[in-house]
Amino acid sequence: MSDLVVTALRFGFLILLWIMILGIVTAMRRDLVIGNRTKTGTPSARQVRRHPELADEQPPAQRIQARKLVVVEGPLAGTTLDLAASPILLGRAQEATLVLEDDYASGRHARLFPQGSRWFIEDLGSTNGTFLGDTQLTRALPVEPGAPIRIGKTVIELRP
Amino acid sequence: MSDILTTPKSRRNAELLLLILALAVGVGANALAGLDQDKGFSRDFYVQSLTLAILVLAVHVVLRFRAKYADPVMLPIVAVLNGLGLAMIQRLDVAMDPPTTAAARQLMWTGIAAAVAIAVILLLKDHRVLRRFTYISLIISAALLILPLLPGVGMELNGARIWVNLGFATFQPGEIAKITLAIFFAGYLSTNRDLILLAGKKIGPLQLPRWRDMGPMLAAWLVSIGVLIFQRDLGSAILFFGMFMAMIYVATSRVSWVLIGLVMIAVGGFMAFKLFPHVTARIDGWLNAFDPDVYNRAGGSHQIVQGLFGLASGGLTGTGLGQGRPDLVTFANSDMIITALGEELGLIGVSAIVLLYLLLVSRGIRTALGTRDAFGKLLATGLSFTLALQCFVVIGGVTRLIPLTGLTTPFMAAGGSSLLANWLIVALLLLISHAARRPAPPAGLAGTHPPAGRPGRRRDSEQARLAAGAGEGEQR
Repeated sequence: MSDLVVTALRFGFLILLWIMILGIVTAMRRDLVIGNRTKTGTPSARQVRRHPELADEQPPAQRIQARKLVVVEGPLAGTTLDLAASPILLGRAQEATLVLEDDYASGRHARLFPQGSRWFIEDLGSTNGTFLGDTQLTRALPVEPGAPIRIGKTVIELRP
Repeated sequence: MSDILTTPKSRRNAELLLLILALAVGVGANALAGLDQDKGFSRDFYVQSLTLAILVLAVHVVLRFRAKYADPVMLPIVAVLNGLGLAMIQRLDVAMDPPTTAAARQLMWTGIAAAVAIAVILLLKDHRVLRRFTYISLIISAALLILPLLPGVGMELNGARIWVNLGFATFQPGEIAKITLAIFFAGYLSTNRDLILLAGKKIGPLQLPRWRDMGPMLAAWLVSIGVLIFQRDLGSAILFFGMFMAMIYVATSRVSWVLIGLVMIAVGGFMAFKLFPHVTARIDGWLNAFDPDVYNRAGGSHQIVQGLFGLASGGLTGTGLGQGRPDLVTFANSDMIITALGEELGLIGVSAIVLLYLLLVSRGIRTALGTRDAFGKLLATGLSFTLALQCFVVIGGVTRLIPLTGLTTPFMAAGGSSLLANWLIVALLLLISHAARRPAPPAGLAGTHPPAGRPGRRRDSEQARLAAGAGEGEQR
């Protein structure tokens, strides 16, 4: 085989290698578009201009800071807990911050954690699930003061 | 830890297209390397190309059935890397005098690895099951790490005691241990994150953890030092500790853990440099590589300098596959396969390979971002970070950025245990990415059924209550 052909094949192979990389990046491109289903983000100014109904949400400056956690229903009803800057573990386990005496709660049921100026609730793979209002948690969601969090038969709320 | 959502869509057809391209690269590399041999394509060429194609397409078909929404680019990247590695090993086999048979063994291990990956995808279905095996994986990891030290089973090769003799083949259990350790770290950290997060002293802007929460970090450090002392394996020691450091940082998002870890590495590294002659020799061979004394010493810098000469003779475009002399480097087909490829494909080819690794790792991290459960996030991060760290340690080592240590280039280097472990990692990442990308169960469904009304769940909770009651009885 002539030298010319071998050289052409050599460079052709390097080009093929880079075509492969371009192909992969092209296949990834659509995946890099982040869906607009993230509920925690605030709408941008441009989105508000296009959809005025989005502006109805409370501006972040007026948000009431939660300072207390109150057990509203369940065996521990009436218990309150002051919120500091550290996360709170909810469950029946002894090391939990709030030890729930609730047969329908798991050992490590859920955690409340602060991020920015808000508190988020996250289920820790509990048997019976954690409910914020009527929806069962599938991922961490922000908790507004006054919104009921249900764990088994216990209902807790954040209070300002 | 954040959630990023994309519209669920199975991308298996895109994967198939990329796979065909990937096989073209792998087979093309093999063909180009064979062109120079002047005797047409040997039987080996057809056997290797066909086997690789069948294996990779089999994994693809299994993904179509069992993990429809898995990431579409991971498998093609693995196919390219595996194909390139196989072609280079075959090419080095032919160049050796007398010819060696590393390529046939590598092909056999590729088959085993792909079969195990298929089995994992078929049997596991959901990665969250692994969380139940948190402490069992710790025990398995410990057993795997101790195995090479046992007399009779373990064997020493090239100064490191990391091999186990199975009779028909040798195996490095440490390669599998990195997966079981990742499972343990992910399970442990996702459960105990809140305890570790409790605040301790504060120095300036830095929030230090409490002293008693340093236990796990200290344990990971001791395990790594143990690997370094007893197995004399610097690479694995760095790998285990680096993986734990990355995972604890991702779990807690506290920079102080990384700083504490770096201090521990500095202390451990300095002690190792002073106390262990094999570490001292490695660092000497790195700093004074071109010193004639060091170059000519047994176990000196001969290997790394030959590799650098190879890279230099490759230049920008390389000598062309099959036309360089990468066989002059010791362990050209395992430790030094990157310099072998760099010599024959040049900077352009090697940067493509590094980019492929980068894309693979970025897909792994992307999987972690998309997964909904904390365990999956941590596991995906840990596994992808392992791949990244391996690449950094090996490629950094052969290019003399850091001291050369004995880790393998994932998917490329000749070596069955490494191939098997890395295919397993990819199988797990594919499963996690399937869980991350598949459509979420509609939220309305969960809301309409209160948990106590679900018979299956109810029974679970009652069993849990019974178990808890029994536990309390024991305590009294």
